[in-house]
Amino acid sequence: MTGTLFFIQVLNGLQLGVLLFLIAAGLTLVFGVMDFINLAHGVQYMLGAYLAVAFYGLVGNFLLALILALAAALAFGLLLEFLVLRHLYGRDHLDQVIATFGIILFLNHAVRVVWGAAPLTLPVPDAFTGSVQLAPGQLYPVWRLVIIGSGIAVATGLYVLVTYTRIGMLVRAGATNARMVSVLGVNIERLFTIVFGFGTMLAGFAGVMIAPIISVEPGMGTNILILALVVIVIGGIGSIRGAFVAALLIGLVDTLGRSFSVDLLRVVMAPSPARMVGPAIASMLIYVLMAIVLYLRPAGLFPARGR
Amino acid sequence: MTKLKPMLAVAAACGLLTSAAHAEDSLKIGVIATLSGPPAVLGTQLRNGFQLAVKDLGGKLGGLTTEIIVADDELKPDVAVTKVKALLDRDKVDFVVGPVFSNILGAIEKPVTEANVILISPNAGTSTFAGKDCNPNFFVTSYQNDQIHEVLGQYAQESGVKKVIIIVPNYQAGKDADAGFKHKFSGEVLDEIYVPLGQLDFSAELSRISAAKPDAVFAFLPGGMGVNFVKQFRQAGLADSITFLSAFTVDESTLPAQRDAALGMLAGSNWAPNLDNPQNKAFVDEYLKEYNAVPATYAFQSYDAALLIDSAVKAVKGNLGDKDALRAALKKADFKSLRGAFKFNNNHYPIQDFYLTKVAKRPDGLFETEIVKTVFTNYGDSYAQYCPMK
Repeated sequence: MTGTLFFIQVLNGLQLGVLLFLIAAGLTLVFGVMDFINLAHGVQYMLGAYLAVAFYGLVGNFLLALILALAAALAFGLLLEFLVLRHLYGRDHLDQVIATFGIILFLNHAVRVVWGAAPLTLPVPDAFTGSVQLAPGQLYPVWRLVIIGSGIAVATGLYVLVTYTRIGMLVRAGATNARMVSVLGVNIERLFTIVFGFGTMLAGFAGVMIAPIISVEPGMGTNILILALVVIVIGGIGSIRGAFVAALLIGLVDTLGRSFSVDLLRVVMAPSPARMVGPAIASMLIYVLMAIVLYLRPAGLFPARGR
Repeated sequence: MTKLKPMLAVAAACGLLTSAAHAEDSLKIGVIATLSGPPAVLGTQLRNGFQLAVKDLGGKLGGLTTEIIVADDELKPDVAVTKVKALLDRDKVDFVVGPVFSNILGAIEKPVTEANVILISPNAGTSTFAGKDCNPNFFVTSYQNDQIHEVLGQYAQESGVKKVIIIVPNYQAGKDADAGFKHKFSGEVLDEIYVPLGQLDFSAELSRISAAKPDAVFAFLPGGMGVNFVKQFRQAGLADSITFLSAFTVDESTLPAQRDAALGMLAGSNWAPNLDNPQNKAFVDEYLKEYNAVPATYAFQSYDAALLIDSAVKAVKGNLGDKDALRAALKKADFKSLRGAFKFNNNHYPIQDFYLTKVAKRPDGLFETEIVKTVFTNYGDSYAQYCPMK
């Protein structure tokens, strides 16, 4: 019994992990390649979810809504890059933090003006409603499996893209030494734009995929952004591989911590205080993990080479 | 230009004089509610309900032309105190109506009541002001918070539920909900799950529930948390085998987002849109027409707050200066509440009926909670006995 529960909680952890990866991948590339702190990455995730809801209302088909939302998220990301972020590349990190924080405030309020403050919802596509039985009496929603599957597919695609293509080579080179790449005659501005647009679209994709599970509401990107920052710090800034490993690690540690901390504490404590202390410890675990990783490997688990 | 200045001054003075003369037969009411952030849905309902009542009464409460000044507390106690002080000192309001959330109530109760202004809470009903710290200037038209949880506990007990899992956020109101439910339920509690406030994905918790196989789940997950939990509960296929009991988790403010996922889920309430009396029917229809949404308790309780003020101002014939008479008139609650029978307990919290409600789809495709059965009749809270007021 405990074995199956553990297995299911591992699945839950994987699902959170791949979701985090989708967000962290864009963030780590933008941070690594452009040395740019984009706090507005979380609102891109929110925007993806909102756009999917809006397009679903128009076309009534999930796949079509997904494609339209991705296109719109990409277009919006490029617009944002062109209007605001482009002017901040050479600037101090503090300037970037302040400007992108301003974008968070602006967009959080803008979605409230456009769509209202009430939480919105996106239905699970008909083909993936329902649940599968993983063990007697243990049902698991199909959509969560779809999220895991699509996340792993995206990760594989990214790995191929970054490892075996010319543009991937440039991205890796950019993460190692952007100025050198520029000196060698690569149009670094265009590379930045491509990387940024791609990262934005991945965050939007994560937003669309999670929308059928959680409510779509203003500010939904804020908490996930913090987790994504933890992921890229643990994984090593600029490293896709690091982001993948760290995202799964965070997903598993967080989920398993939430599931079993109370039970573990009950071994050494009375049930009532264990129930109070357990959740508190569980929510600290990932930060403890980050502290330990940073102590042992200050540049993260898989630092981009040459940094 | 030089000639214009004195004329402006005269005009301004006239303006001042007219407004001063006006004050004799007008009533100023400050409404403070959470109108920003995701919980704005609740505050909007509260504000709409109050404005609708004033409109229905022809813009007058107790025969006095009524001006409503709306303030947004932003769900921050310090902001709420600043806004309330402005209502009291600058606008010189006669009543303050609000807020939505208990922590805001804790912050504004003292500033308002100490200024000898009447505070009417159309939603938050903490235990803090129900017992020995009850206040003559403070009235509640909703309920004492614990009572809603007790409704579910009582129902679970009566309906033969044996094993329950409780899931609440890890903060004071969550612990109160847990205690309130267990106060009436004496069956086996398999597990009490405390989640961080604001958690949105409940995959780990749902797997735990699924593994423990309880007869029922009792959830107190207000706002966005509830929207997510209900959807995920349904997606995990648990809704068919486990009874879903809840407080402040499925209501008309969250149903537009939960929709079919919440169908058939149970909650506790002092009212429901389908409560059968002509006055309530008219209210629900009008609210729907005006705001294009089904009203939740927040709207009806603040509608009632307006009716309460109307009755009291009428009783004292518009003489707001005599606070003792005004308080006595309020205490009588001489108005027809949308919920039917209503009176104030000695602690100025209501004595009323409580119902088990169930989520249903309306003929027009919208969702609402509907009454299943009466769980408590003429039910007062357990803190009233410690209140020194008679």
